[in-house]
Amino acid sequence: MAAVARMLDSDLFWSFRRSPVTVISAVVALICILGAVLAPLLAPHDPFDVATLNLIDAFKPPAWAAEGDAAYPLGSDDQGRDVLSAIMYGARVSLLVGFCAVLFSMVVGVSVGLLAGYAGGVVDGVLMRVADIQLTFPSILIALLVDGIARAALPSEVHERVALFVVIFAIGISAWPQFARTVRGSTLVERNKEYVLAARVIGISQLRIMLTHVLPNVLGPVLVIATLGLSNAIISEATLSYLGAGVPQTQPSLGTLIRIGNDFLFSGEWWIAIFPGIALIAMVLSVNLLGDWLRDALNPRLR
Amino acid sequence: MAETPILEVEDLARYFDVSRPWLQRVLAGEGKRTLRAVDGISFAIPRGTTLSLVGESGCGKSTVARLVVGLYPPSKGRVVFEGMDLERARAIAEQRRRMQMIFQDPYASLNPRWRVKDIVAEPIRAFGMTPGAAAQQAKVAELLTQVGLSPLDGEKFPHEFSGGQRQRISIARALSSNPDFLVCDEPTSALDVSVQAQILNLMKDLQARLGLTYLFISHNLAVVRQVSDRIGVMYLGRLVELAPAETLFTTPRHPYTRALMEAIPDLEMTGRQRIPVGGEVPSPISPPSGCPFHPRCPLVNDRCKAERPALIPARAMKQGLTACHAVEEGRDGGVPAAQRIGTTATAL
Repeated sequence: MAAVARMLDSDLFWSFRRSPVTVISAVVALICILGAVLAPLLAPHDPFDVATLNLIDAFKPPAWAAEGDAAYPLGSDDQGRDVLSAIMYGARVSLLVGFCAVLFSMVVGVSVGLLAGYAGGVVDGVLMRVADIQLTFPSILIALLVDGIARAALPSEVHERVALFVVIFAIGISAWPQFARTVRGSTLVERNKEYVLAARVIGISQLRIMLTHVLPNVLGPVLVIATLGLSNAIISEATLSYLGAGVPQTQPSLGTLIRIGNDFLFSGEWWIAIFPGIALIAMVLSVNLLGDWLRDALNPRLR
Repeated sequence: MAETPILEVEDLARYFDVSRPWLQRVLAGEGKRTLRAVDGISFAIPRGTTLSLVGESGCGKSTVARLVVGLYPPSKGRVVFEGMDLERARAIAEQRRRMQMIFQDPYASLNPRWRVKDIVAEPIRAFGMTPGAAAQQAKVAELLTQVGLSPLDGEKFPHEFSGGQRQRISIARALSSNPDFLVCDEPTSALDVSVQAQILNLMKDLQARLGLTYLFISHNLAVVRQVSDRIGVMYLGRLVELAPAETLFTTPRHPYTRALMEAIPDLEMTGRQRIPVGGEVPSPISPPSGCPFHPRCPLVNDRCKAERPALIPARAMKQGLTACHAVEEGRDGGVPAAQRIGTTATAL
């Protein structure tokens, strides 16, 4: 209770309340996340349950159109699947991949940045040149490369099973230099501060100093990058899936839905592609705006 | 003094490589550059006393402080702690526990994410001194009381305290491992004058009560006079004079020390003509030959430019060491007769 009260009283919450855009984005993001997480409870249909699908229900327009059916609020696709339900289940996959990819790149990037910044010298030089080299390639290219290698190297039935992890790895590995550079920069500042010297005089081990003293003090900007990185990861996943290189067909994400809908865009069934697209935009935009707010709110110079 | 000093420093030097990156160096056709932050200094600190090092910014006094606690390895010479080479002493937790450091900036020396009780307890935990959470808590409360804070302050974060209070927390942390030897790197220079006095009194009290030995680094002569038993004056990484505190203030011998004394603002000397020291401190990257002070010294001669003076007992004095050819040869006009008191009347 005390923690909640303190949070409601904090500067951060005050700046949050003062910005209507941020409040709206938070609400939209919350709706997206709840809709995705609670899809099995909230979705009107189960798009994966083949027994409930009926081809007679295929290509139903949204409920408000002339031939619409209230049972399919955003229409249905070529198999008779409910588009709204498919979006909710698809957002689950998109968010799962996004979160895990960000978490992965955060762990890799923060570790590398902390080590490079704290150790300095040759370690710093080598690690940061690797990051620089990777930054010269567009991240989607790296993700495609990793995905391609996994496809070629793994037998297809194995690949099918691990496809989700391959995508998470591919997107995660393409985003770590961002974290590494930021953390390295902050670490360079912190490691010469006197509280670190005090710990060294006591004789605390270097690893412990890194983890207990330096790490908590460099995590502020990481939170901002992670939030902005989440929307990037969701976009990357959608791009990969749209190109057919992402998650497997059995677990369609928003990108997969857009690709499928793309085939019907010119034959008049626009809702199959447009609604997943709107869902994707809403999700990414709200997360991005939240990230922007967080960046400004945590920047002491803008207060 | 039959007892061995707690700390001895012999011909200690620390050089820093300040060369530009290799490629730029090759393109510009220049060699490596070293900064001689500390260049061969020796002193000893007897148990229970305070030695202060004073000097201008960049004279290497903070580097000495860091060398003495082992934050930097020496480039030359050695530090002996309790008769044991520092590197060996630092490898033994029981010896390491006995030396602690207080830092200059009270805003940077406490981890902003830690509660005060954890900051103060860190050495206790690191050395496994007080097992059990309750006993640790009691020890932290005792330490906070000892430095004039409330035991309840342990729950707070550093940003909830003023600079002087933070410095008290720093002192509590340093004391928590029951040290014998404290290195204080300008502990009061970031504080208001009134708070400076409080902290200095606290440090003197603790010294009297716990028998601490201090190496005190400062650029403030008034502060140094209040706390020191002996004072070393540094210039460009070298000790130019080392004398008991009162001796140094009443009869400074080295021309640089005299210039420093001249520069102390004093109400009684208002309006008196001061003799400024000409020129700037030379760069420690390319220090002058011979005596480092010779480009600015009023008593300079050819020997000063060629030969580096050794720190030897000053001529015509019972105590004190001076590194100056002019003093050695008697070119400095002998022992100054308590100049500051004698001149007041003529000034007014």
